[in-house]
Amino acid sequence: MSLSHDVVIVGAGGAGLRAAIAVAEADPRLSVAVVSKVYPMRSHTVSAEGGAAGAISASDSLDEHAYDTISGGDWLCDQDAVEAFVAEAPRELLRLEHWGCPWSREPDGHVAVRAFGGMKQKRTWFAADKTGFHLLHTLFQTSLKYPSITRYDEWYASRLIVDDGRVCGVVALELMSGLVETITGRAVVIATGGGGRVFPFTTNAAIKTGDGMALAYRAGAPLKDMEFVQYHPTGLPFTGILITEAARAEGGWLLNKDGYRYLQDYDLGRPEPGPVLRSMELGPRDRLSQAFVHEMAKGRTIDSPYGAVVHLDLRHLGRKTIDAKLPMVRELCRDYERIDPVDELVPVRPVVHYMMGGVHTDIDGATALPGLYAAGETACVSINGANRLGSNSLPECLVFGARAGRAAAQHAAGAAPPSAAVEAQGADERRRLDEDLLRRGDGPDRISAIRTQMQGILEDAAGIYRDGDSLTKATDKLRELKERAATAVIDDTSRRFNTERVAGLELAGMLELAECIVHSALRREESRGAHQRTDFPERDDKRFLAHSLAQREPDGSPRVSYLPVTITRWPPGKRIYGR
Amino acid sequence: MGADEHITLRIARYRPDEGEAEPTLADYDVPLRRDWAILDGLNYIKDELDGTLSYRWSCRMGICGSCGMMVDGEPRLTCATFLTDLAPGPVRIEPLANFPVIRDLIVDLTDFMHKLGKVKPWLIRDEERPVEDGEYLQTPAQLDEFKQFSMCINCMLCYSACPVYGLDNSFVGPAAIALAHRYDLDSRDEGDRQRLTILAQPEGVWDCTFVGECSAACPKGVDPAGAIQQVKLAAAQEAAKSLLLPWRSR
Amino acid sequence: MISPLEARYYRRRMPLLWWARRRSYAFFMLREVSSVFVAWFVVEILLLVRAVARGAAAYEGFLDAMAHPAVIGVNLVALAFVLLHAVTFANLTPRAMIVRVRGRRVPARAVLASVYVGWLVVSAFLTWLVLA
Repeated sequence: MSLSHDVVIVGAGGAGLRAAIAVAEADPRLSVAVVSKVYPMRSHTVSAEGGAAGAISASDSLDEHAYDTISGGDWLCDQDAVEAFVAEAPRELLRLEHWGCPWSREPDGHVAVRAFGGMKQKRTWFAADKTGFHLLHTLFQTSLKYPSITRYDEWYASRLIVDDGRVCGVVALELMSGLVETITGRAVVIATGGGGRVFPFTTNAAIKTGDGMALAYRAGAPLKDMEFVQYHPTGLPFTGILITEAARAEGGWLLNKDGYRYLQDYDLGRPEPGPVLRSMELGPRDRLSQAFVHEMAKGRTIDSPYGAVVHLDLRHLGRKTIDAKLPMVRELCRDYERIDPVDELVPVRPVVHYMMGGVHTDIDGATALPGLYAAGETACVSINGANRLGSNSLPECLVFGARAGRAAAQHAAGAAPPSAAVEAQGADERRRLDEDLLRRGDGPDRISAIRTQMQGILEDAAGIYRDGDSLTKATDKLRELKERAATAVIDDTSRRFNTERVAGLELAGMLELAECIVHSALRREESRGAHQRTDFPERDDKRFLAHSLAQREPDGSPRVSYLPVTITRWPPGKRIYGR
Repeated sequence: MGADEHITLRIARYRPDEGEAEPTLADYDVPLRRDWAILDGLNYIKDELDGTLSYRWSCRMGICGSCGMMVDGEPRLTCATFLTDLAPGPVRIEPLANFPVIRDLIVDLTDFMHKLGKVKPWLIRDEERPVEDGEYLQTPAQLDEFKQFSMCINCMLCYSACPVYGLDNSFVGPAAIALAHRYDLDSRDEGDRQRLTILAQPEGVWDCTFVGECSAACPKGVDPAGAIQQVKLAAAQEAAKSLLLPWRSR
Repeated sequence: MISPLEARYYRRRMPLLWWARRRSYAFFMLREVSSVFVAWFVVEILLLVRAVARGAAAYEGFLDAMAHPAVIGVNLVALAFVLLHAVTFANLTPRAMIVRVRGRRVPARAVLASVYVGWLVVSAFLTWLVLA
């Protein structure tokens, strides 16, 4: 059975839903399929807390937002993309407001903006500290207006269909029934988010397994800048739950075991009682996470049952501010740490949060494969370069989700419908998945064991600080793990809602991404942004002012090449914070 | 608490593929760790003991709404319910009440998704202003009017707690009505009348008998029961006005 | 794609005594049953009015019937239920009614207090009417 549409969108988070609405508005005659392995309200966009940046105050300018983003990204950002991004971000955020998003307001009724890490001006729009939740629900509820959008909720896309060099649909597994169907389209947009779950400690939800990146990679689209993985400085120990940067923007301090604001030792400025933009706790995330590692090496972090932590001090903000501006932070600390931030210190540590890298696209979301588009965390345009600034990710989903949607709509309107050959690919994938299901792996490993080992390898070799030796060993270990994953034990051979089967498919994708991360990190012999090499501690613009591109070889391993960064008006300079 | 302490999770298993006609309870022993929520226990079972156990989960921080289940007969988010609070157990875990069970702890949510669409949960305006004109002004006080009702994470614990929904599936239900009310109260919205036609049906607000269990079960303090009664009042006022002042323009 | 029937969904039915399984449900049923007793008082008042209309003899007969121990017993039970009805109704009022005075929202406690004060005032007035 073939389900046919004009545009197929994989992923129903911020970028996916925005793309769907963009197609529906650009051309209501086009039929849009939104395929998601979870119901849209469960997409990880929902957990974003802090805010979304858009330059709207009189004292702000697009150029300043662009400069903050480019310097924050350690000059690995494509500046034409950044210029387009900062110009469209305010419009997109206003569009969300017109769709009902409950942005927090000034007393006069205008949208309020607050400070955020790495930004020289206050330009972060926010909806209390549940911005992602409100944004996602507004998008989802608005998407219900459009009759041309058909949703495939709880369908797992396992393969891209490529016919005659063009991408024309997906093969997907309906979780409820276990049936495998082809969903064809004349353009496909991938917006499945990042893959933080390849690491052991992450703010990311269980569903962030990089499925779309793996889909594109296997179909032949290169993945860009995979070595750049962002560690968010303040995650709760054990769970990894995110404590938003907004806590620092409102004035929170980071203290070591002596109660000392240690960031002042790391060229991030002098401590003031209140928050100072682009200084101390409002510095960029990569530098803050790196400072933690140094403090740990000096023995100045606090020991906890779950490893080293530092303290986030919010006590001086007072109960009123915390309840007004950081209510979710208070809830999370009380529920998961049994600590009230109003009068206690919160234990935090850096945890994996975001992937700057992803499917290589141009500024309209087009990938190297005709008919395939990507947007959101899944894609790498790149506007985030070597390190993303907080509150740039939500507008990224909106701006590039809309662009990719419009580009996909235009392509689909002009493209020929897929040929009958796609059925064969669908049947092929159905056979592969069914065989996978019926095979009872001899093991000896369980899926969870392989996953844990993969996560351990990534944390050791591709953490905040890396070196060539560990990375080389990691490439071998990952290759071996991939082989063992092929025979992993599967207890569940039923059809209906087989979540173990999905876990196996997700693991296979994650192993591919893990390889891309490690190979790309090994090849980049410099330190830039979130990629820090102890054996190459300096930034090397001569050799590496370029994006790494990882392309899948026939034997499954990644081959890394380089693509120069687009520089327009901001020649590479030094990143200066705190002065 | 000793390192070897365990707690029994008594879980409803239902596997239609294996020919089972109805659910049965199965016991699993999981470590009783201080920081573990029920969800951590379920993950332990799936990873180490029995890979066939199926359930939904994602964010593990109480914001995505995936992990709702019946815990000792109460609808709870399993990521926010801690094992130590339920010790010594055994803890009975069953799929969310009042929904058909697909398998194990997974229920069918299509009825709710359908009802969500029916109440028109989007901003309705007589005239859209272009984005270039800037934002619709809204004071913090106006935002406070509807803020509480916008906090719904669609976890459906309220539908599980509602005996009316349990007895009669045609009831639109707490979360859907609360969401409609959120838009009605939004100062930027002009769609009250459109939503009222749907909500003022028998299977809309009038099926509700204010049991109030939905609000008790809500993990986000949305108070859907309050929302429903407020809509009833508004509907009654509208009905009275149209009766007494039939010449009033639309 | 398969139909829910083919999918072999398991549908749980609510037991007949669903309300007996939880304290909160049982209390809800008691609250609902209390309306029957409210109706009982209404019937008694209508009977009283009819008796008065029919003259002194009918009225005396009515009073005799009311003095019967069984009737007093039923009326005591009814009074308890009617009080339950009134109190639960009053307590639910602030959730259903958002009151605004001069643009500012009246807090729920104030709304609740005014409901009880109003009840007290009306009861005092009626008592004075009957006794004076």
